[in-house]
Amino acid sequence: MAKTDMTPNGAKVVKIMRRPVRWSLAEIAFWLLAVASVFLLPGQHLILTEIAGLAILALSLDLILGYAGVVSLGQAAMYGVGAYAAGLYAIHVTGEPLSGLLVGAAAGAVIAFATSFLLLRGADLTRLMVTLGVAAVLFEVANKAAWLTGGADGLQGIWIDPILGLFDFDLEGHTGYVYSLTVLFVLFVIARLVVNSPFGYSLKAVRDNPLRASAVGVPVNARLVAVYTLSGAYAGIAGALFTQTQQFISLDVLSFQKSADGLMVLTIGGPGYLYGGMIGALAYKLIQDALSGFTPQYWQFWVGLLLVIFVLVGRDRPRQFVIDVMARLRGGKGGAQ
Amino acid sequence: MTTVLETRNLRKDFGALKATQDVSFRLEAGARHALIGPNGAGKTTFINLLTGVLKPTSGEIFLNGDDITSVRRDRRVARGLVRTFQINQLFGKLNVAESIGLVISERRGHGRDWWRFAGKLPGIADEIAQLATDFGLDSVLDQPCAGLPYGKQRLLEIALAIAAKPKVLLMDEPAAGVPEADRHEVLDRISALPSDVSILLIEHDMDLVFNFASRISVLVGGALFAEGTTAEIANDPRVREVYLGGGDE
Repeated sequence: MAKTDMTPNGAKVVKIMRRPVRWSLAEIAFWLLAVASVFLLPGQHLILTEIAGLAILALSLDLILGYAGVVSLGQAAMYGVGAYAAGLYAIHVTGEPLSGLLVGAAAGAVIAFATSFLLLRGADLTRLMVTLGVAAVLFEVANKAAWLTGGADGLQGIWIDPILGLFDFDLEGHTGYVYSLTVLFVLFVIARLVVNSPFGYSLKAVRDNPLRASAVGVPVNARLVAVYTLSGAYAGIAGALFTQTQQFISLDVLSFQKSADGLMVLTIGGPGYLYGGMIGALAYKLIQDALSGFTPQYWQFWVGLLLVIFVLVGRDRPRQFVIDVMARLRGGKGGAQ
Repeated sequence: MTTVLETRNLRKDFGALKATQDVSFRLEAGARHALIGPNGAGKTTFINLLTGVLKPTSGEIFLNGDDITSVRRDRRVARGLVRTFQINQLFGKLNVAESIGLVISERRGHGRDWWRFAGKLPGIADEIAQLATDFGLDSVLDQPCAGLPYGKQRLLEIALAIAAKPKVLLMDEPAAGVPEADRHEVLDRISALPSDVSILLIEHDMDLVFNFASRISVLVGGALFAEGTTAEIANDPRVREVYLGGGDE
């Protein structure tokens, strides 16, 4: 970039545009803590793996909800199809895990692309019902196609090869956790690039005002199809990761509960700043874990109650908190978008 | 003179309501043309038809001789037909620099670039800064649109349209709701627009219309009622009766 012939205001604009792109201290600290958990919490790797998987599912939802304003109650459709695709790939083709992730991503993307056209017309309620419906249809299809999916008995006999031929999946879940965390980080970095790219800004324009977006030349429908497909690939990877770390798939991966979990987690953490899914997944699992130890039979009651309180108190809170902290560490104004 | 924008027998019915009735209208190259009419005359509906927000019941729309009646909204923008809105339509959570930047980026064909951070292409930052300075927005570049004072929002509303480099600009009451003190600022920007941009202005403020436009069309009950030079319209007794109400100030 030719800095020499840039006007003072031009330089100011460059500075403003770079603000959300710079890694803040809070962000660096977050990821250092995540890496530290590998070494400091070896006994918790199984639950941490679940948290990482849930965080990817919530991240996939954040791409459409937080950045394009598309609500969905059917993210399990892509998650589940990705899980089954990765499972069948492992059984019938190869147990190599990295290509298995790509298969999950492709399967999720195909389902998302094919159903994205149903979301273009209509408002939030229509979209909730359509996404819910698609996931319900796929659930029953997987249930009926027991010859392929194992139906209600689940898909068994999945064997995953060592990662890169070096790291075997172990029973304590050490490999699984490092693997999941790495995938989460890579997907996060890509998402961070995408939402701050020109494409990402056009999504935010659609989110904030679709009428105006189209009036300044943004092809709204094409952008929605693109981001929904990307979100589907993310959900597909989350599903594939579940398959590979659990080495078993039940119909639950396509269930309404799975979609609701994703949305709940994102709501707890707050949409629209990418960390919401991770913070939400961590909080959700910790609360679930603590409550189920405390009242094994009634923990869902408490989770439900907490969620209600949480939404009423304001779901922007955690997001605002993170933004404030980042801003303070940066010594400038918060770059909220 | 060449015609840049033309409608032929354009009609829009909402059930029994005839919002636009057989409007055949021409906008000449470089025009400063005003569209006036009483409340409910169908002025905004007409703009919505021209820009593709609404589909006409029948009739055709031509831009530079091409039939654009069934062309998508964003493609009309790419062809140079851009509008502003009567009620501000901004990107609430984005700041001024980001809002203007995304329009420029889209115009330059980079709207699909997902593989690099925005604001890195040479030239775009300078163009954002220039436009913001032109519209008196350089002091609020990093402020979210939703928090701007109304006068600034109004200027941004117009700046976003200009960022798309219109050849034909449709302005729906640009001074609507702007306090008297800020009004001249908005009007100055409009007057300073390049003369090769053809402008159709919808406005209630008669001072603004008579100062700005050289030609005026009057819409009444969804139909074109009269058309002529500013002087002709100002002195047309029929127009005075239906629209100006006989009383001029």
